[in-house]
Amino acid sequence: MPVKFFVINSNPLPLSPMPLEKITTICARIVPVPGANMDTDRIIPARFLKCITFDELAGKMFYDERFNADGTSRGHPLDSPHHAGAAIIIGGENFGCGSSREHAPQAIRRSGIRAVIAESFAEIFFGNACGIGLPCVRASAADLEKLTQLADEKPDEEWKLDLVSMTISSSVDSFPVDMPAEPRDAFLQGKWDAVVELMNSPERVRQLSSSLPLPSLPSPPHSHAG
Amino acid sequence: MGKTLYRKVWDAHTVGVLPDGRTQLFVATHYVHEVTSPQAFGMLKDLGLTVPYPERTFATVDHIIPTDEQSEPFADARAESMLTALRRNCKKYGIRFFDLPTGEQGIVHVIGPQLGITQPGMTIVCGDSHTATHGAVGAVALGIGSTQVRDVLATQTLALSPLKVRRVRVEGSLRRGVTAKDVALHIIGKLGAQGGLGYAYEFAGSAIEQMDMDGRFTLCNMAIEGGARCGYVNPDDTTFTYLKGRPYSPKGTDWDAAVERWKSFASDADAAYDDEVIIDAACIEPTVTWGISPDMSLGVNELIPDPSAQEDPEKRHAMQAALDYMKFSPGESLKGKKIDVVFIGSCTNGRLADFRAVAPLLKGKRVAPGVRALAVPGSQMTAQQCEKEGIADIFREAGFEWRLPGCSMCLAMNPDRLEGDQLCASTSNRNFKGRQGSPTGRTLLMSPIMAAAAAITGCVCDAREVFRDQL
Repeated sequence: MPVKFFVINSNPLPLSPMPLEKITTICARIVPVPGANMDTDRIIPARFLKCITFDELAGKMFYDERFNADGTSRGHPLDSPHHAGAAIIIGGENFGCGSSREHAPQAIRRSGIRAVIAESFAEIFFGNACGIGLPCVRASAADLEKLTQLADEKPDEEWKLDLVSMTISSSVDSFPVDMPAEPRDAFLQGKWDAVVELMNSPERVRQLSSSLPLPSLPSPPHSHAG
Repeated sequence: MGKTLYRKVWDAHTVGVLPDGRTQLFVATHYVHEVTSPQAFGMLKDLGLTVPYPERTFATVDHIIPTDEQSEPFADARAESMLTALRRNCKKYGIRFFDLPTGEQGIVHVIGPQLGITQPGMTIVCGDSHTATHGAVGAVALGIGSTQVRDVLATQTLALSPLKVRRVRVEGSLRRGVTAKDVALHIIGKLGAQGGLGYAYEFAGSAIEQMDMDGRFTLCNMAIEGGARCGYVNPDDTTFTYLKGRPYSPKGTDWDAAVERWKSFASDADAAYDDEVIIDAACIEPTVTWGISPDMSLGVNELIPDPSAQEDPEKRHAMQAALDYMKFSPGESLKGKKIDVVFIGSCTNGRLADFRAVAPLLKGKRVAPGVRALAVPGSQMTAQQCEKEGIADIFREAGFEWRLPGCSMCLAMNPDRLEGDQLCASTSNRNFKGRQGSPTGRTLLMSPIMAAAAAITGCVCDAREVFRDQL
């Protein structure tokens, strides 16, 4: 496939070395990360945010959920030998709530996870995850409970998350999943990183910008209370 | 049928519809800080992109900043490198940076409104979930991630789908000793931490109309803790009075035109809402959290709930896990719980009105022995004003550590943090596990006056009893 080019300041520049991957199916084993309101501080504690790239986040996901202060394991499912290599997380309600830190989905993705299935997702986390090619789909509480049970009973079972049929299926079981149409289309079309599309209408953006007020620049010196 | 403010602002900033069906939304004002921007600037560089609208982005440093000693280089080399990266990026792309020496540095959600950059009718974004704060002036303000920060830097636009709008009406008058923070915690407790998923919250009703701007900032700041990505209040005379004369506010004849324009964004009387909730202001008590999610709260005179009375097994399990983490038992009172640390500050409650409310209560009193009390103003401008009004000295004389501006112990990305399982009376916004820097640290969210009462008595108490004649 040809590399996608577009024009900025009249210089043709490659947007990315490779066209975006179309994400349609993800085949992997599943691992439960139980609990409602799994906040992004728990997904990646703030002390790991002291960095200017996302490069060091691999392996840090859910760090304090998984490890004691002395580094010993707390027996989290993610560290169970049965679930080693599993790449689809089964979560609870309001997954990814709290801080907007993209470090959370980045840590998950860079730790080898390729999709998250939960009852619901916090908006900002959802947008961040989709924008980096980490599909987040919803399932019912009852189905998530069954999936969690199946992950415990048959950790070696391979599952297929299919964004075309919107199901998660094993050789014997199948459950419906759900996702808003726009991000789903973006995955299926390989357009989940929006920046290419956003660069397509610079004139319209320029017009809008010139019609919308800017904060007035201050005339120094100024003083103000409150 | 009329329109909501949310819809009017959305429509006014719509560039078009993208192939996947999302809206391309123009961003009027973009704030950046040192934690979530360096990755975005790195992506720009990798892709060879520029920043076409640098005049619409404003930067500050807040999360990693030490609040005791700010001479450089910082003791923490990683913190230093984040500040240096932001300085370098702002210089490279021509972005205004409210750096430490400017006198205008502070928490992004405190300085934006304080400088008058945050204005009604704008779309405002920042790589920070508490961007919701800015909605208090009647703006549509959203938190975003770093890849989206890149999108805004590169195109001044974002790919988004519109939210539904829920009007949350708080009707009546707030009782003595009840503040905007209590309103926020009450609403979140009632609707749940996930209750606002998919919604923008329009805060309305007579209690909100009577609320000052700093209170409205506190309320909108916490919208995200209730699951709502944005919260707002329709602009009114309180808003305009607040904004008038601020450094970046319109001046002269521009001012009158701006006010007229701003008024036009307010929700129409006949606007349709996707949902509406009505709350009786008189029912709101001084509210304190008891668990590890902001919706786990109670009126200070209520007892900690019993998980066994909860029918939903998942909720029961979550409550029990929270009690185990907090080391509390069902049926206990929070009143009398011994406090180790008091933190007054953050983008939720680090504003001038917060310190002004607490100072007279602290006058002539002392922080209880064994309690470490920190007061961290939200900005250099707030700090300066507190010095001028004698507020800072009152805090110092009472035994508070009066610190330099920053996010501080709200999320402990700087040296201010809890140790072990310390219990903290905190005016911040999140009681998540480990939030305040210790993986076993425990947070009780409350209002500034409740935190002040805890500081004086050394335990959780009802501020109305401690400051009987003053509230």
